[in-house]
Amino acid sequence: MDDSSSSSLTQTRIFSGQFDSLVEISEFVTRAAGDVGLSDESVYAVEMAVDEACTNIIEHAYGGEGRGDIECTCQINGNKLTVTLQDRGRSFDPSSVPEPDINAALEDRQEGGLGLYLMHRLMDEVHFEFTPDSGNVLTMVKRKETTS
Amino acid sequence: MLEVTTKQFKRCDLVKATGRVDSNTAPQLAEVFNAINDAGRFKLVFDMSEVEYISSAGLRVMINIQKTCKRWNRGEMVLAGVPERVYGALNLAGFVPLFSIYDDAVEAVGTF
Repeated sequence: MDDSSSSSLTQTRIFSGQFDSLVEISEFVTRAAGDVGLSDESVYAVEMAVDEACTNIIEHAYGGEGRGDIECTCQINGNKLTVTLQDRGRSFDPSSVPEPDINAALEDRQEGGLGLYLMHRLMDEVHFEFTPDSGNVLTMVKRKETTS
Repeated sequence: MLEVTTKQFKRCDLVKATGRVDSNTAPQLAEVFNAINDAGRFKLVFDMSEVEYISSAGLRVMINIQKTCKRWNRGEMVLAGVPERVYGALNLAGFVPLFSIYDDAVEAVGTF
């Protein structure tokens, strides 16, 4: 009985690009993460990564709240959760964001770049893509931990 | 989504947040801390025991307040009752060395 490993389920929802959508977005992705059977720690990681990504979309791609939608797709494929976030804002180039120095002294800590840094640390895969037709498409993957 | 309460002690101020600190609610938390700093008080205990979730927006508030409090050695913000998941986020962001962390608010208040 290994049906679950080959099953695939995709759900898409569209949220308004506003900070008060973050709770709903979080509920949507954590439900999917729970369905994959991710550990509590991994569910939290997905929640945080998606929150950071959506905040970046609102702040940087749209340049403020209420200027466009965020399309969120959760695809469950066996032991893998793929979250795709799509927006129609300005193109986002992740290489333009400097990586924060997380060992810097207090007075040297900079505000920028932390969200993107956390996304990479929290997820197994993070890919950004921009096309004029589709806008920004961010794909993030989290896999269920294997126990040895 | 987020409730923030404050209690003023003789030597420090206790700020307790309950709920989620994300981009939507972080400004509310910043406002409370800023009001205390604006009143000339820079010794703070941030009771995080009821914080369910914190994003980088909340972490940024914490770092800014710590910078303000520590300026000219006039004070410090210490943390109390940090839940495991929140600690994980602090750790990932490299924040753990920047804050003194105590088991609970009573212990933290007693250090000032």
